[in-house]
Amino acid sequence: MTRGRWFAPALVVALAGALTFLTLPVVAIFVRSSPGNLLGALDDPGVLDALWLSLRTTLVAVAIIVVVGTPAAYLLATRTFRGHAVVVTLVELPLVLPPAVAGVGLLAALGPGGIVGGAIEDAGVRLVFETAGVVVALTFVAAPFFIRGAQAAFGAVDRSWLEASRTLGAGEARTFLRVAIPAAAPGMLAGLALAWGRAVGEFGATLIFAGSFRGRTQTAPLAIYERLGTDFDAALALSAVLVAVSGALLLTAKLLGGRGIARAAR
Amino acid sequence: MRRGFRSSLALGAALVATILIVAGCGSDDTAANNGNERGEVVVSAATSLKSAFTRYGEQFAGAEAQFSFAGSDELAAQIRAGAKPDVFASANTKLPDALFQEGLVERPRVFASNRLVLAVPAMSTSVGSLDDLEKKGVSVVIGSESVPIGAYTRKVLDRLDGAARTAILANVRSNEPDVGGISAKLTQGAAEAGFLYVTDVVAANGRLKAIELPAALQPQVAYGVAIVKGAEHRRAAQAFVAGLLDGDGAEALRSAGFEPPGQ
Repeated sequence: MTRGRWFAPALVVALAGALTFLTLPVVAIFVRSSPGNLLGALDDPGVLDALWLSLRTTLVAVAIIVVVGTPAAYLLATRTFRGHAVVVTLVELPLVLPPAVAGVGLLAALGPGGIVGGAIEDAGVRLVFETAGVVVALTFVAAPFFIRGAQAAFGAVDRSWLEASRTLGAGEARTFLRVAIPAAAPGMLAGLALAWGRAVGEFGATLIFAGSFRGRTQTAPLAIYERLGTDFDAALALSAVLVAVSGALLLTAKLLGGRGIARAAR
Repeated sequence: MRRGFRSSLALGAALVATILIVAGCGSDDTAANNGNERGEVVVSAATSLKSAFTRYGEQFAGAEAQFSFAGSDELAAQIRAGAKPDVFASANTKLPDALFQEGLVERPRVFASNRLVLAVPAMSTSVGSLDDLEKKGVSVVIGSESVPIGAYTRKVLDRLDGAARTAILANVRSNEPDVGGISAKLTQGAAEAGFLYVTDVVAANGRLKAIELPAALQPQVAYGVAIVKGAEHRRAAQAFVAGLLDGDGAEALRSAGFEPPGQ
């Protein structure tokens, strides 16, 4: 055998192993949930409530993330300042936090006994056990996915375009809205799809911070967990729906991200 | 190039086969080793047993006890899905009986009984009795219907008159997957009251206080334990169960506030 001939096969083995391991659970969900029981489970009003709640809460969370995250990401991408790296790291921290830690942290901060929870309650806002609390948990865990993507997208926009826009008399706000955002849009949308996917899948922080109540705080992942013991078929069916939704979001992110890179290269 | 790729694939397949064979031998070896020296015993137990079992586990001489605590329904679902702990200890007798019927566990034994209470944060002034739960705006957390604590709680509520039951259910803010979730929501002050076992209040170390329920409302709370069929550490599992019925385990249960079976 010639020297080094083992290397390519080893790569193939690693990839085959990774691919099998990573796709097997997803395949199993579809193998074990027949189309019939999938439709049957979707007849369950509790399942529909959970999917509808997930849709509503994730949309609101994503909207908040985009409105606040876009200018924040623009600032991080276009300015350097002291502590820039620290700020970026802090913003990205929820990416690596275990969801249970996020839930405990949110409870300790915004719960009734939390460090700012009293003030929030005085303002008449209730979060724990409320749909608004679910939105808070989703926003916390998903925001970094968007901010990271948007920051990278803004960073990839050709600086000369922004300068040209300003030389031509557009103010900075106008440049941001009319030049930077359109140019960064594919990358931002890719980040948005990832953030949305993370929000759809959120479990631990929601359960710990917002609780689990049908139609109010029980999102699709919490409904799966509740059905695990009593109705495994329904848990499988709901899982299948979430796989489809998450897969579609990931695909969107890929397609948009690819286009963004292609545009940046032009 | 193509040929190179194909032979890579063939070599790759050979490597996979080798790995599988090696892994297979490995597991045979460990199986053979299990017979001797102090092994382990894997126990799936209801969350409400956590403090009692953790203490028992420290004293248990038969083996190194490995615990997995969760809602009894989740643990039963794992066993139905093919998980093989050595022992399954449930906060009811329904689940172990059902698994016995399905041929998944050996004959279950009742090893302890418990009592439902209304639990409130230790500093609470808003809830002093069951009647207070009917007041508008009181936040109540209970177990979800599938977990034993939730099923017992619904039994208690079913024994109340219709108006009281409706008023309390309207105040339920969360259906938690196990007693740990209920306890945490109460100790954090997120909820004002919840239904728990008296042992959970003991385990909360003074952060919760218990309000006794009228005897007429009290459901029978019996804990069942069974050895899982095909348990890998059967002998240790038998010793563990025996200690629960009479020995260190029974003692740990009593000091955690559990009562003997059939009380």
